[in-house]
Amino acid sequence: MPKVIRINMTDLSVRIDEAPAAWAGLGGRALTSTVVAAEVPPTCHPLGPNNKLVFAPGLLSGTAAANAGRMSAGAKSPLTGTIKESNAGGTCGRMLGRLDIKAIIIEGQPAATDTWYNIRISNEGVVVEPETETVGLNNFAVLESVAKRYGEDKGVITIGSAGENLMMISNISTRDPEGKLRSFGRGGLGAVMGSKRVKFITIDQEGTRPVPLVDSAAFKAANMIFTKALKDHPVSGQGLPTYGTAVLVNILHEIGGLPTRNFTSGQCEHHDMISGEHMYDTIVARGGEPTHGCSIGCVIQCSQVYNDKDGKYLTSGFEYETIWAYGADCLINNLDLIAECDNVMDDLGVDSIETPVMFGVAMEAGLLKFGDGMEVLRMLREEIGKATPLGRILGGGTGHVGKTYGVTRVPVVKNQAIPAYDPRSVKGIGVTYATTTQGADHTAGYAVATNVLNVGGKVDPLSNEGQVELSRNLQIATAAIDSTGLCLFIAFPALDIAECLPAAVDMLNARFGGKLTMDDVVGLGKTVLKLEHEFNLAAGIGPEQDRLPEFFELEAIAPHNVKWDMDQKELATFWNF
Amino acid sequence: MWITVKLFANFRENRFKEARRQYPPGTTVGDVATDLEIDPGLIGMIFIHGRAAELDRVLGEDDVLALFPLLGGG
Ligand code: SF4
Repeated sequence: MPKVIRINMTDLSVRIDEAPAAWAGLGGRALTSTVVAAEVPPTCHPLGPNNKLVFAPGLLSGTAAANAGRMSAGAKSPLTGTIKESNAGGTCGRMLGRLDIKAIIIEGQPAATDTWYNIRISNEGVVVEPETETVGLNNFAVLESVAKRYGEDKGVITIGSAGENLMMISNISTRDPEGKLRSFGRGGLGAVMGSKRVKFITIDQEGTRPVPLVDSAAFKAANMIFTKALKDHPVSGQGLPTYGTAVLVNILHEIGGLPTRNFTSGQCEHHDMISGEHMYDTIVARGGEPTHGCSIGCVIQCSQVYNDKDGKYLTSGFEYETIWAYGADCLINNLDLIAECDNVMDDLGVDSIETPVMFGVAMEAGLLKFGDGMEVLRMLREEIGKATPLGRILGGGTGHVGKTYGVTRVPVVKNQAIPAYDPRSVKGIGVTYATTTQGADHTAGYAVATNVLNVGGKVDPLSNEGQVELSRNLQIATAAIDSTGLCLFIAFPALDIAECLPAAVDMLNARFGGKLTMDDVVGLGKTVLKLEHEFNLAAGIGPEQDRLPEFFELEAIAPHNVKWDMDQKELATFWNF
Repeated sequence: MWITVKLFANFRENRFKEARRQYPPGTTVGDVATDLEIDPGLIGMIFIHGRAAELDRVLGEDDVLALFPLLGGG
């Protein structure tokens, strides 16, 4: 029987219950958002005892389904005040699937503020113990300590110093198959884990058996069709494995949607030096790996291992958003420096979008110069890493730094940093930023695909027409995919290859013995969005916050000289479904 | 007429990143692809001065043409 683990940090009690029948069809985001919406008072302080931190593997986690290695974390976000779901690769989702654990719910808060805890989950049960050894340590040192104490093969979920210090830019990190780090990004979830005073969680899958399938032959057959679609589509089969997501730098530059110098231009002069093509050449020349997976069972492998000029590991999972933010938004024209920043951010456990976008605003405020990567590194290590007063201001995120220094060009929605696509020249993604339940987040409804990449049809990026509908359809589909444990990049083949999504639905049916149809899956996506929206409304985050910052309406962006001019009433029609 | 052609990702292999090239009037995007021995079926994105265009678009003097294979990320 699927289990739900509740850990109450107020009295350190643990309860292991059978999962309610109503949760049978839920996993990943659908489950974390259901639990948060049902059990967390929307008006609670996100860092107080009433917030809950929920982890849930996806519906296909633990099976042999291709690209099913993602799991979700959810809570009320201290950065946005909204509900938050974030998903990451790594090894834990798969292990939780095999352990038949549907959710881990961490609630309450210890009264004493001088004790930290670790939580260890295995087939035998759950142990909660005071933790001293890793307190104050950053993520790589935590992984090392955990490996030494409990073995190399454990799944690990951890926070670095930023999470301990309750910073809004903090992430929750997790160990990947190679012992490096992946992040539950955005929304400051690291601070929520820190507020529960949980330093790390380990997952031990010893003694588990393969996940049972109701119809294993049908599962195998569907997985073959699914895998073939992922491999056949040019984006997931060739583009992503070769160039990673950084291939977007040149594309967005070309169409004038690459936000540059704190969102004052749509093009960046040194785009070629920070491009995916340049990254690929550099990785190959230095003996790194251009093609690499963040989790077991990934057949797309968009990740990579990036070495320094001496061939030593510098970073992995080196994403477009990070490269854009430091490279174009902060004007740092050196990929090695950006890679070093990425590695330090992984170690501290800070978000690789919120943090550099915040630096762009800090640069505009005059705290440091545009392009000064060495000073960024110093501030990361010496200020944010040591939680100095300046470090805490920076650690408050983009909106916080903007307020502190009186900057008016502050790219945030619901206080969360706007990522790597300028909404003035890619209007569909602007609709997603404004309307998603998560605060500015490109992954919530990746309209860039259809606006720019010609995947899933074509909608003119410079026109407002059709954008609300496009974003709505994508947000619904995304909410459903985020519930399965499947990586969102399966959306590229899914948008173009007819057999792809039905094969995923067939796998769900073969796993659980249900009769789900595509309509049911779309229905699940709608339900998830609506319950997240309800939570936000009850938290006081209403339609007046479904908007982009004013400067996008006031300042035209080069080269197309366009402003954000979507009618607010039209935007509000997003929720008509 | 002169046209600036920019190539990206694997289209650069054994070709170039960016070149000024001369073509007769009436040349279409598809003609340029054929001239560069790029299979039009592999072209995912065509931009002229940063705006989307199709294969049959007739090019003009000083157009900046960018050709990408089908790519994605996020
Ligand atoms: S495609 Fe990328 S993000 Fe998705 S599972 Fe593979 S490595 Fe992870």
